[in-house]
Amino acid sequence: MDSTVTSATEENVWGGGNRPLGASYGKLMMWFFLVSDALTFSGFLAAYGFSRFKFIETWPIADQVFTHVPFFHGNYPMYYVAFMTFILIMSSVTMVLAVDAGHKMKQNAVIWYMFLTIIGGAIFVGSQAWEWATFIRGDYGAIETNGGRILQFVKADTGERAALADFAKSIPSERVRDERNDGVWFQKEGFLPSYSVTEVEEGLKANPNILIRTEVINEDGHKTVLSREASLEKIKDAKMVVEGANLVQNEYGSRLFADFFFFITGFHGFHVFSGVMINIIIFFNVILGTYERRGHYEMVEKVGLYWHFVDLVWVFVFTFFYLV
Amino acid sequence: MAHAHKLEIFRGLLKFKSNTQKIWGVLVFLTVVTAVEVALGITKPQSLTHSHFLGMKVLNWIFITLTLVKAYYIAWDFMHLRDEKSSLRRAVVWTPIFLVAYLVFILLFEADYVYNVYKDGFVKWNF
Repeated sequence: MDSTVTSATEENVWGGGNRPLGASYGKLMMWFFLVSDALTFSGFLAAYGFSRFKFIETWPIADQVFTHVPFFHGNYPMYYVAFMTFILIMSSVTMVLAVDAGHKMKQNAVIWYMFLTIIGGAIFVGSQAWEWATFIRGDYGAIETNGGRILQFVKADTGERAALADFAKSIPSERVRDERNDGVWFQKEGFLPSYSVTEVEEGLKANPNILIRTEVINEDGHKTVLSREASLEKIKDAKMVVEGANLVQNEYGSRLFADFFFFITGFHGFHVFSGVMINIIIFFNVILGTYERRGHYEMVEKVGLYWHFVDLVWVFVFTFFYLV
Repeated sequence: MAHAHKLEIFRGLLKFKSNTQKIWGVLVFLTVVTAVEVALGITKPQSLTHSHFLGMKVLNWIFITLTLVKAYYIAWDFMHLRDEKSSLRRAVVWTPIFLVAYLVFILLFEADYVYNVYKDGFVKWNF
């Protein structure tokens, strides 16, 4: 049973000549892989849904988290992610055009379309890196309470978010970052936040225009803003200042949100990255004329399937992370 | 390798002259759907966020439906499932749909239960 080389004499049912699915071995294996990979992603997204339904009243609202566009200041929810989605769909289109050109054995057209696909993928991965960097850096800063809840600040007159820098008092203190050589045992600590809890607390007391916004979502779908008295009462629970997000702290709200964000978009970004790498390999094979000699461009079709799958997954990630 | 392409989408409502044309047509359609999603996501119309269906906002149902529509056209036209044999198509599509529907059903029900335990039970977690 030679699976790779089949001569015409072996084309009977027992010799592997029967092809009920009408697809080549390589393409079928790609579909097998994609189905299992789809199940992996579904597992992640279902776990995200689990955590979200568990904390449905306090989950961060995506358009208040992803509000940045490169080179522009201000509040632009969703536009950049929409752009990223469009780029990925566009690179899917050039990929399918490459496959189409491959069917017609047009080598030069395949080269150009593969090239455009690779560029699209690179723009997407770059955008995702930027999105991560922005998310990690954070923008306004927040306070974490003893119970691990996040308190954010808004201006009472305009209802806009207030950054810690807008109101925190500057109180000189001796506190410096622990280095490894003077820390307890061999530990060192991460970056110190720009302000201490006391500075934020004093700033809030001194500035009547600042109110606290909690994580709780009210009936209108907005986060609850506390009154001035309740804000002053709530700040007593403050434990630490949080700026930006990582796997253990998240200034935007629930820590699980940041964990899932890094995990799911990271896993997807890894797929895009490896897709770009595979595309580059196939791109050079096309240039070298490998498939011209082989007589068909099925390899382009197979990487195409993988590339479209990456796009397909992003459609779901986009919905469940940014829209719903 | 399917050299014969089926060139009509929307159940034959729209028929393209060539495969290339169909690809651009699907791109236009996907872009329009994405634009609608983003517009709804930014404006969040009151009528859609305050009405519920099966315990979820109507707006979210719209998002999920549009996502599935997009997924259908990506799989059918970009991954050319439309041109494959129906046996391959069914094997690829129904396996994940069945497993994912099952998993999502179980996890979301469990999560809702945990939410109610936190809410009504004697567990203080927001201190």
